[in-house]
Amino acid sequence: MLIKRASDIQPSEITDEKLFMNRRSFMAKASAAAVGGALMAGPVKAASEDDDLTPWETVTGYNNFYEFGTGKADPAKNATKFTTDEWSVKVTGDVEEERTWDLEEMIAGFTVEERIYRHRCVEGWSMVVPWNGFPLGDLIKRLKPTSEAKYVSFTTLYDVRRMPGQMSPVLPWPYVEGLRLDEAMNPLTLMVTGVYGKKLPPQNGAPIRLIIPWKYGFKGGKSIVRINFSKRQPMTTWNEAIPREYGFYANVNPEVDHPRWTQATERRLGEFFRRDTLMFNGYTEEVESLYAGMNLRKYY
Amino acid sequence: MASGRFGLIPRIKIVVWIAAFAPLLILIDRILLGGAYIGGPFVDDPVELIQHWTGRTALILLFVTLSVTPLRRFTGYNPLIRFRRLTGLFSFFYATLHVFSYFVFDHRLDFDSIIEDIIEHNWVLVGFTAWVLLIPMALTSTTGWIRRLGGKRWNRLHRLIYGVAILGVFHFLWLVKLELTLPLIYGGVLVLILAARIGVKQRAKKRPAPPPSASGGVGR
Repeated sequence: MLIKRASDIQPSEITDEKLFMNRRSFMAKASAAAVGGALMAGPVKAASEDDDLTPWETVTGYNNFYEFGTGKADPAKNATKFTTDEWSVKVTGDVEEERTWDLEEMIAGFTVEERIYRHRCVEGWSMVVPWNGFPLGDLIKRLKPTSEAKYVSFTTLYDVRRMPGQMSPVLPWPYVEGLRLDEAMNPLTLMVTGVYGKKLPPQNGAPIRLIIPWKYGFKGGKSIVRINFSKRQPMTTWNEAIPREYGFYANVNPEVDHPRWTQATERRLGEFFRRDTLMFNGYTEEVESLYAGMNLRKYY
Repeated sequence: MASGRFGLIPRIKIVVWIAAFAPLLILIDRILLGGAYIGGPFVDDPVELIQHWTGRTALILLFVTLSVTPLRRFTGYNPLIRFRRLTGLFSFFYATLHVFSYFVFDHRLDFDSIIEDIIEHNWVLVGFTAWVLLIPMALTSTTGWIRRLGGKRWNRLHRLIYGVAILGVFHFLWLVKLELTLPLIYGGVLVLILAARIGVKQRAKKRPAPPPSASGGVGR
């Protein structure tokens, strides 16, 4: 886990609002840096050479993004022409003001950090990815949910012409994923706009996606066009498709198996032998308080 | 032998050997040589490739083996029977690679963890059973064993192949997350082959059976 210092912003670039946002993100970063310190302990315990970065080819060539096909190589192949210009995001539900944001405007002023996270798929493989993004909590503060809001959900673009995989009824489109608001506000939860220091490629969920490193990968919605705040737990796609196999929480948990396969071990892509899966994907210290007193077997 | 040393049969046999080894050579090239000879995209997950590739090859060769008899009856070309043992053994070879890659890479040969996985997960159990059932057929595939068992008993034992093929398809169906297309295609092909075999059997009942072939005279 690594958190980059703020890139030096020229004083001339800073307007009053930016100054304000920058100060806010500085404070967020200060707390995130503290988290970062804690996270550094993880890899040290597990021997840091065990968490080598997964190569760019794999991060951008081995993807589950059924909107572009169900094969692992399909998204990279079928998303090459996918453009994300003039992207807008609808913010709805329990917010002070429902509105459609221009993406640029919605995320303006947030300082993009690099965060190296383990990424564990429910299928039993994993990666280590240097994402670029900002804490979702910062964005949520800007979107101003009401005090009634307890959950937040993220909807992926539904556009069959641009996302050919949606022609197949393999999942109930559009793809929706969601979090409890306190999970969403956790400093680890990241809105991602880039990877390996580059703009996020379409097959990884351009222009903006979610990463929740202690949950299975499918919780991280891609190509987000709508953010909805609600009082009740939202319906989420995989949970709706196969409720017995995919729960709403989907926390990485080596003790709770998928009905058809083990979750106790995983294969880091490129390696031959499986390794033990870590509770909460190795982020226990940062997130376990979210689930105090909860039966994680029941809320899988 | 009806065909000489350089006759048609030995030549076809060479082709069958090459075709049956080709999947292994492609796999070795892609994983160990980075696709230097045959090419193919960057391999992100070599173990997944090994397991999917060997598993599918084993199933395809099993289907080929099952097709020999109906093909022989439809075409009337009896020497086809001479390739059945070869394709059956190659199917066992790939199934064994498949199972051992699972033993070694997924479980580091840890016996307890293998047993636990087999007991707890239906699709592993089904796949493992299919492989176990292949073993007696592979062991009794020699001419000596055919003689020792006698055609009838040998035939009965080798009817296990139907069970193996059905279990193999279920193993495939159960392991996929959601995308059923490919395992359903395999299932469809198996249904067609089995239907063809039934059709051939019924036709054979109406007409006297053709004389048994010279070697491995166990055609059904």
